[in-house]
Amino acid sequence: MSGAVGGFLRRVGAMMRKEFLQLLRDRVSFATMISIPLLQLVLFGYAINTTPRHLPTAVLAYEDTSLTRSILAAIENTKYFAVVSHPRSAAEADHQMLAGEVSFIVEIPAGFERAVRRGESPSMLVAADATDPVASGSAVAALQALVETAVKRERFAVEGGPEGSGLESAPPAFQIITHARYNPAAVTQLNIVPGLLGTILTMTMLIFTALSVTREIERGTMETLLAMPIRPVEVMLGKIAPYVLVGAGQALLIVGAGLYLFDVPMIGSPGLLTLLTVLFILANLSIGYTFSTLAQNQLQAVQMTFMYFLPNILLSGFMFPFAGMPLWAQWLAETMPLTHYLRMVRGIMLKGAASVDLAQDIMALGAIMLVAMFIAVRRFRQTLD
Amino acid sequence: MSAAADTLPDTPYAIEVEGLSKSFGDRVVVRDLTMRVKKGQIYGFLGPNGSGKTTTIRMLCGLLTPDSGRGTCLGMNILTEARAIRRHVGYMTQRFSLYADLSVRENLEFVARVYGVPDPVGAARAAVERLGLAGRDKQLAGSLSGGWKQRLALGACILPSPDLLLLDEPTAGVDPKARREFWAQIHELAADGLTVLVSTHYMDEAERCHEIAYIAYGELLAQGTVKEVVAGAGLFTWSVAGGDPAPLARELAALPGIDMVAPFGASVHVGGHDAAALEAAIAPFRARPGLVWRRDEPTLEDVFIDLMNRSKDNFR
Ligand SMILES: Nc1ncnc2c1ncn2[C@@H]1O[C@H](COP(=O)(O)OP(=O)(O)OP(=O)(O)O)[C@@H](O)[C@H]1O
Ligand SMILES: [Mg+2]
Repeated sequence: MSGAVGGFLRRVGAMMRKEFLQLLRDRVSFATMISIPLLQLVLFGYAINTTPRHLPTAVLAYEDTSLTRSILAAIENTKYFAVVSHPRSAAEADHQMLAGEVSFIVEIPAGFERAVRRGESPSMLVAADATDPVASGSAVAALQALVETAVKRERFAVEGGPEGSGLESAPPAFQIITHARYNPAAVTQLNIVPGLLGTILTMTMLIFTALSVTREIERGTMETLLAMPIRPVEVMLGKIAPYVLVGAGQALLIVGAGLYLFDVPMIGSPGLLTLLTVLFILANLSIGYTFSTLAQNQLQAVQMTFMYFLPNILLSGFMFPFAGMPLWAQWLAETMPLTHYLRMVRGIMLKGAASVDLAQDIMALGAIMLVAMFIAVRRFRQTLD
Repeated sequence: MSAAADTLPDTPYAIEVEGLSKSFGDRVVVRDLTMRVKKGQIYGFLGPNGSGKTTTIRMLCGLLTPDSGRGTCLGMNILTEARAIRRHVGYMTQRFSLYADLSVRENLEFVARVYGVPDPVGAARAAVERLGLAGRDKQLAGSLSGGWKQRLALGACILPSPDLLLLDEPTAGVDPKARREFWAQIHELAADGLTVLVSTHYMDEAERCHEIAYIAYGELLAQGTVKEVVAGAGLFTWSVAGGDPAPLARELAALPGIDMVAPFGASVHVGGHDAAALEAAIAPFRARPGLVWRRDEPTLEDVFIDLMNRSKDNFR
């Protein structure tokens, strides 16, 4: 029995070694593997650049008090906003946003200052054109802070007392109600790095294994391989294994950039993230390998990969909010590794989720992987018929 | 791997197949093929292009499933024990099918590892020496010349010390010296008990085999030692010299009683199945001045060409 296991490991090892050598020798593929994440990082890195921008803003103030003036001054003082209009009515403001003239509408209701003084915690309405969620997301976050500062300053000025020290325990002086228009989920930059991690891994892992079996068929090496005493499952594992390393390297690159360049937090356990990333990589490799056994040639394999990749991107919750999709689409998305992985990465990096919190997604991802592997091994043609 | 799995069934034949048939679509490529190869023999497999040699070899090592028929390789069922067969069979494909993007040594090491050869690195190094590729072991296999590729492929086949070699045109494009070395090596291996089935288009190679089989259009037409095959063909031949070979050959080919005409340099080879009819047909030519007629023995090539012509008549 130990002999059988030894033989199994030996053959998987031989296959792995061979694939690795071929991978290293294939300069173009290797360059692609490094350059895809780098290129994407630069592109998206620019998009998630948090440097303030002058977002055109309309201010709809129903009162003209010292607090409103102070808030407006604070808004103008930041580079996030540029107050470009003072519409007289909500309808006028709406029209300006629809026309794309402004990205923000800040609405200060009548009696705002008085309500603040009475501690009634009044609402200030901010409508954001979230078609550019990255920009609007960070601006809204900034707005909260700067209005708070303005209110504090104003309270000190008006009441002149050290009452501000008790502010933490008191209810908030006011509330900002944000309406993210046109993109209710208001995806922020924090979601982009996890999404990027998932999509890049999906794409590269799928494509590399999708080509692996068809390449052997097209180059004629399949005949020798099939004539050797090696089992389909051994071929599969040997072909998949080197790419786990490649995928892990890519993940490291992206997460590293996310942490150090774009200040994405890592609240949960990096170890858990690594483990689940490897699981995700394996699931994608298995699916790619399945395509490889289904396709007749490399072109077909690439086509299959793209047909599969698109719904992954669109339905996983990376592009559009998951909860906003119809139920059937949600069910479809549940069969895709990216959906589960996005939840895992967001959960771990942004919310500090532990493995128990993610148990469902972990099991789903594991199941997807096993099903793909099963189909691949069954589909692997052991003859040339 | 238990010891029991490694001992092969004790049979006098390395290959024993019966009634093998294979078609692709509605085209029958191999038809009812029955063949036996004794252990330790070098068995030549001949036949015109597209006659089904490669297809037959693939069925023997389990790469193609026969539509009907049964058989054993090294005593193991070709239908059910393909995996066990593969461990003991070295198959050299007609088209080079090692990894072009791996070096000579990496290819050999890969083979050694998959087959579980002890000390794969050492075994690969020894194989490189044996192949005469020392110093070029780091060269990519794809950049070798055609002949060297063949030699590398053969080296890879022999590396795991198989009990049966299936070689599909191993010497196509190999220079005469390398071919001679190759055959010397094959004979040495056979002397040690290895069985070799080798397909070839070369007559001189056929003559170096212990036994040969001739297959045309999927059908096995002749089988046995070279002598037996030649005798079994029942062909009578004459050769004629002294005339202009090309027009002479044309004239002769049209005559009844002459089944085969082939110009050979300055002379023409004439053959027929009916000795009397053949003599009658050439009688007028024997009277022609300047022509020198001589009875001779049919060559293997005469026999094959005749077999091919006849099988065409049968199948087309
Ligand atoms: N996979 C396949 N699908 C369809 N037809 C095939 C396939 N493989 C072989 N054939 C056909 O079967 C016939 C026999 O082919 P095979 O390769 O066995 O001939 P061969 O005797 O090896 O010829 P050669 O001397 O040219 O190598 C050919 O006509 C070929 O076109
Ligand atoms: Mg052939």
